[in-house]
Amino acid sequence: MGVKPLPDKEIYYHSVRLDASKCMGCTICLKHCPTEAIRIRNNRAMILSERCIDCGECIKVCTHHAKIAVTDPLDVIKRTRYAIALPAPTLYAQFQGVHQATAIIAALFRLGFDDVFEVARGAEVVSYAISKMLITQDRKRPVISSACPAIVRMIQINFPSLIDNIIDILSPMEAAAKIAKEEFARKRGVPMEEIGAYFITPCAAKMTAVRAPIGQEKSYVDGVISILDVYTAMSAFLKEGFEPFEIERASAVGIGWAAPGGEAVAVGSRNALCVDGIDNVMRVLEQIEDDRFDRLDYFEGLACVNGCLGGPLTVENGYVAKNRLSRVIKRADQKTVRRSDIFENAQETLRMTVPIQPNNVLQLEGTLVERLKKAEQIEEVLSTLPGIDCGSCGSPTCRALAWDIVHGNASEMNCIHKLNARISALAAQMIELEQSTRFSNHQEGDTTQKE
Amino acid sequence: MIKETYPVRAGDMTAAGDVSARIKRQMKQLGIDAAVMRRVSVCTYEAEINLVIHSLGGEITFEIAPGKILVRATDVGPGIADIEKAMTEGFSTASNEVRNMGFGAGMGLPNMKRNADAFFITSQPGAGTDIRMEFGI
Repeated sequence: MGVKPLPDKEIYYHSVRLDASKCMGCTICLKHCPTEAIRIRNNRAMILSERCIDCGECIKVCTHHAKIAVTDPLDVIKRTRYAIALPAPTLYAQFQGVHQATAIIAALFRLGFDDVFEVARGAEVVSYAISKMLITQDRKRPVISSACPAIVRMIQINFPSLIDNIIDILSPMEAAAKIAKEEFARKRGVPMEEIGAYFITPCAAKMTAVRAPIGQEKSYVDGVISILDVYTAMSAFLKEGFEPFEIERASAVGIGWAAPGGEAVAVGSRNALCVDGIDNVMRVLEQIEDDRFDRLDYFEGLACVNGCLGGPLTVENGYVAKNRLSRVIKRADQKTVRRSDIFENAQETLRMTVPIQPNNVLQLEGTLVERLKKAEQIEEVLSTLPGIDCGSCGSPTCRALAWDIVHGNASEMNCIHKLNARISALAAQMIELEQSTRFSNHQEGDTTQKE
Repeated sequence: MIKETYPVRAGDMTAAGDVSARIKRQMKQLGIDAAVMRRVSVCTYEAEINLVIHSLGGEITFEIAPGKILVRATDVGPGIADIEKAMTEGFSTASNEVRNMGFGAGMGLPNMKRNADAFFITSQPGAGTDIRMEFGI
């Protein structure tokens, strides 16, 4: 309790970055960041690395496109002798007029991949593993999905008491990468080191999840490519028709994971809740923490509105994509998932190997006495601030500014309201000074000028 | 040491939960053990809802010192006639209107007693109720 774990360098890898040349130093991202990880300093936004969860909210709201997500260029696939594409099911809903995954998978082959393994298939195996664990294990309820990495990081920072509720199964992306490489190695008889699995991502958080994994030492994914970066080339291929190919295909169950609620349906939970949009998720996590739900069994929290379909690196509007995905799902194999050997013991083979740790960055440091003292100082400073949370000081709220002042990272005069009051007081003092000496301009004995 | 007092207005359902949310935020900032924090949170929420639904208004005080957390809920009336009965699970004097909102299941006081390490209640009909809850940290 209260003791900060030593920050691991890897924890602080972030896909979300600032393009300082485009930043105006406005307060839009500042006010939208769910973990208060942004400050404005020297007229530029600045990301507090240890607080950022890579949710991508700032990317979505920045009107100047100064917030960006770093992902790998398509060229990354040349790093390995063989390259497997791992399309997120969200990719299937990006192209106007295209309502079948087959055409999209064919276009991926044309991009230069040697094989395609649908992440939706990974999702099917993950669903199977989770549903089995829900039945056979006595777990803390509600069991919380681990699929959205931004939500897992949010829980680490803001809801440490719920960490044990998170299902310790790897995400569909990781499952897909692992199974894809194993299958490819077996089928083609090539060594694992020569095979790369490349995720086609709708979001920045997945890039971070690969570089700084949660729940495992090293990711099975070798590169992360943004949907934005393959969109144009793929659109062109899609117009040309496609060559037939043969791969094992995902069913409606796995593809459904891209939309909110798809996961909860797939794991077959009786009393599940899905919430999308990070602010909504935070509000519901508060309720879960306070035991306000009646026997909630499973919770699927998605940082983006419309889930992965609303990811910051998607092209299509989230609602349009949701509508389109339902058509893609209708055309997919409706049968329940084909059980192959990859489902065997999935609850063991896809188990996380590293426990998820709390991130105490929003907590005060020191012994309890020291923490109490700091909290007291924060309240004291806060009581002198205007309480209008305008953000002009460069901190997101007056409370955040009070925290920053107590930690020596800001000055009281960052507050323009306090600065204004100070200037007025100084001006009054100057006038008073000017009028009260023997050098003053007004004539001796003339009292009318005072007042 | 931290001592914060928040007024709670009778009947103001729109603000119900604000005080417990502020207290919870303070505990999180202080890095209070997650399990203790959850128990304190449940108790302050129940106490706050009670003040809104049943009382004529009152206040909640949150105090924290090395070793323990103290939550105190006091109100200006109307007081509880039979405390023993009020402490029985399922007993409630809440109106149908309040029950329709999902409150008034008669679990408030028993829930507080169960979650606090020490629970004290005194009440005078016509005067008010004073609830003190302690939690070891």
